[in-house]
Amino acid sequence: MLQTELGESSKPVQELKGATVRLVGDSGDGMQLSGMQLTNTSALAGNDIATFPDFPAEIRAPRGTRAGVSGFQVHFSSEEIFTPGDGLDALICMNPAALVTNLRDLKPNGLLIVNEDSFEDKDLKLAKLAKNPLEDGTTDGYRLIRVKMTQLTRDAVAETKISVKEADRCKNFFAMGLVFWLYGRDLTPTLRFIEKKFAGKTDVATANRLALMAGWNFGETTEAFPTTYQVPPATLPGGTYRSVIGNQALAYGLMTAAKLSGKKLFLGTYPITPASDILHELSRFKHLDVLTFQAEDEIAAVCSVIGVAFAGQMGVTTSSGPGILLKGEGMSLGVMMELPMLIIDVQRGGPSTGLPTKTEQADLLMAIHGRHGECPMPVIAAASPADCYDAAIEAWRVATRLMTPVMILTDGYIANGSEPWKIPDVQTMRPIAIHHPTETQDSKFLPYERDNLLARPWAIPGTEGLMHRIGGLEKEDRTGNVSYDAANHQHMVNTRAQKVRNVNDLVEPPVIFGQRSGDVLVVSWGGTFGACRTAVTQLQALGHSVSHLHLRWVNPLPAELKAMLAGFEKIVIPELNTGQLRQLIQGQLSISAEGINKVEGKPFSVGELVAKIQAIALKCDSQIATSE
Amino acid sequence: MNTALPVLKAGDFGSDQDVRWCPGCGDYSILAQMKKILPDVGIPPHKIVFVSGIGCSSRFPYYMNTYGMHTIHGRAPAVATGLKIANPDLTVFVITGDGDSLSIGGNHLLHLIRRNVDLNIILFNNRIYGLTKGQYSPTSLQGHVTKSTPGGSLDYPLNPLSVVLGADATFVARSIDFNTKHLGETLYQATQHRGTSFVEVLQNCNVFNDGAWEHLTDKDVKDDNLLVLHHGKPMVYGKNNDKGVRLQGLTPQSVVLGGAVNEQHLLVHDQSAPEPHIANLLARFSNPDLPVPIGVFRQVSRPCYEEQVHQQVQQAKAKSKGDLSAIFNSGDTWTVS
Repeated sequence: MLQTELGESSKPVQELKGATVRLVGDSGDGMQLSGMQLTNTSALAGNDIATFPDFPAEIRAPRGTRAGVSGFQVHFSSEEIFTPGDGLDALICMNPAALVTNLRDLKPNGLLIVNEDSFEDKDLKLAKLAKNPLEDGTTDGYRLIRVKMTQLTRDAVAETKISVKEADRCKNFFAMGLVFWLYGRDLTPTLRFIEKKFAGKTDVATANRLALMAGWNFGETTEAFPTTYQVPPATLPGGTYRSVIGNQALAYGLMTAAKLSGKKLFLGTYPITPASDILHELSRFKHLDVLTFQAEDEIAAVCSVIGVAFAGQMGVTTSSGPGILLKGEGMSLGVMMELPMLIIDVQRGGPSTGLPTKTEQADLLMAIHGRHGECPMPVIAAASPADCYDAAIEAWRVATRLMTPVMILTDGYIANGSEPWKIPDVQTMRPIAIHHPTETQDSKFLPYERDNLLARPWAIPGTEGLMHRIGGLEKEDRTGNVSYDAANHQHMVNTRAQKVRNVNDLVEPPVIFGQRSGDVLVVSWGGTFGACRTAVTQLQALGHSVSHLHLRWVNPLPAELKAMLAGFEKIVIPELNTGQLRQLIQGQLSISAEGINKVEGKPFSVGELVAKIQAIALKCDSQIATSE
Repeated sequence: MNTALPVLKAGDFGSDQDVRWCPGCGDYSILAQMKKILPDVGIPPHKIVFVSGIGCSSRFPYYMNTYGMHTIHGRAPAVATGLKIANPDLTVFVITGDGDSLSIGGNHLLHLIRRNVDLNIILFNNRIYGLTKGQYSPTSLQGHVTKSTPGGSLDYPLNPLSVVLGADATFVARSIDFNTKHLGETLYQATQHRGTSFVEVLQNCNVFNDGAWEHLTDKDVKDDNLLVLHHGKPMVYGKNNDKGVRLQGLTPQSVVLGGAVNEQHLLVHDQSAPEPHIANLLARFSNPDLPVPIGVFRQVSRPCYEEQVHQQVQQAKAKSKGDLSAIFNSGDTWTVS
């Protein structure tokens, strides 16, 4: 039987540096699951990976319609990569709606694999197509491979006696099997996954296994594929790796920060896309003293965290744009009370309900300024899925050292995307030192006394002799008593602002990638790191004088930022908004900058950045001088 | 017996801050009774936290020499929930008013109560917004003329006890600022309950709504308008204890005792009844047809939220071992040398 030989194809093998593959189908077709399997398997094969899941806001939009199309893109490579890839090398379409909405992303002569069984008249009608795109020339210029996936899957699973409906639900495993064959992927991890996922449902497990192998065998036997591909392992630093999703990495980072600071982690939150997976992830770890509290609303969520912070534990609240807005008054109280806590905004398309499952970077100004009064708060932005881990730890380090709420910005793109993550050894990480006073030197405890970085003491209820009251009314310096004194208010506003600027005394300054002076400096923040870094690398290879500066802390801006920018003729700031960091930099530093801005609910492609940055670079004096 | 423990007095619970309520405000009485009962409760000040929202009543924590949080409008229940989950050893009070907890914070109040977090809510009900200088509140009567309702309020008032009984409160009581002895006793009983205790204190705002509860505090009429609840006792009231409440079908009725009607015909108060049917009826008693009850309406036992939270943690610890490293390394990993 073929199945005993699975894993080695007998066909000629063509070696590739990397490939970008997208699986698309109905939101009920299991494309997300298939994509994750391809991701894990590619990671296990040693490739560098980057993924981009893209799905509708509805759980099950009407079947077969364009609105219901759900896709998962995987970029795997033998080289270091930072993005899920621009053009697709292969596109696997489960129905006509998936085909017509995704075909434009397939490279010329790219591989187009379709489930031919789902291109009947009724399917075309659901996709609002007058003609069959497989017949009308739509697919000209691509390598079209028609596969009767529905029928082949039914045949493959016939022996299990499951219903036709159940059999049809296995066809994503057939598609997976075919893709795995095509790229020489090992089936073992997915077979293991099937065994675990469908434990207790023997028939379903068997059917999925059969479908997976049938897909693999189809590739091996059909004459449609003359060759199979191979992407060798990438060269990564030594260590043990796994693939990690951004929200998951963030949850792990929070748990690590709690451990390093000897605190119990409390997540007070309210479900919202695309942040809910942090709650789901953390709720699994009660045995590590992780408490999750699904509050009645966003406001209660942040307020519960304020209570937790006063009690002396690690309080965290998570949300996305609409929820962060509701947390505004709670965050303001946190700033006034000067308690450490983390607020996490997984940004999505706005305003209002906006594009809940799509990515955007349009909450930057809200994160920095979106509270009443002079209410400064440090803001850190994670650069990639794995970086969410480090950002969470760094944020808690700063929050506890300075006694302030800290906001972490991520976005739907890095929250749902995945990449290889070198598993850290928590035992060897630097602890986060926290001191709770147990006695007072003065006759009376002074809750708003300051240390060298302006942090106040974190005295917690239950400590004898340190009873004190804190609240939202303006505080008298040192005593913390209610004060309406004019000079005191000015002093306290200044103090809170300076405290946030003191973040720069605690964190590493950003580093310019490339020359420290030249034509163009690309300045980025957050989840656009990968596309910007890749674009700049390509431009440098083309001989352009382009460097890259990625900001990790967006509030405060780095103390030396102005000096860093001064070395370049043009500053270019790509953002998935209409120019929010650009406003900050221009406003705070009086340096003019050009924006590359897009709000389409999807990340930058490397190609578009290269083209736009190149156009700017060519207008620089040195370029013009050379051409003259 | 540990004789080394210092004996605390009411004065030990007062902070050094000047109290800034208007002279004659009912809040002074509640503050005094709170300081008076706390030595009997026996919890030292450093293990007590007063959490409040916004409003006149919410200045309360500043005047207590305990830990305290003066938070944001309506949100004290949510802050207190987090605090109590993070440290269940603390004794927590939520101090709130009718606007704070029934208008802007109505949602949080309901959810705190249904979860049955072990803390004490003291709601100062003066039927007016005081700190914002005299607008009508969710408990103001219809037709109430205030700064914001020159033509009279159109809103139908909320009944605080019906609201909290609807959320399945496990301890529900009412008292009156002027009735200091009853108030002290009621506050003390609230502290002895495990789970959320809810005490409505009918409180006079002598500046913006003076006399709102006069019919229950004026010594000439109060006894004929009030029903003081005693667990296990028939519901007798009146200046001369000559009236009572009985049930005709599902309808409560005020009756004069004597002749054919005696105490045996009256409702007997059972604060520990598993179902809150009678408590719901009592919550709706109003003058002039029925006396307004004060005392403990309901006290039943149900597991506390924070206790269950920590039980789940213990159960999880018994079931799953492993640390961060085990979690990070679970699933598919690969090694690069």
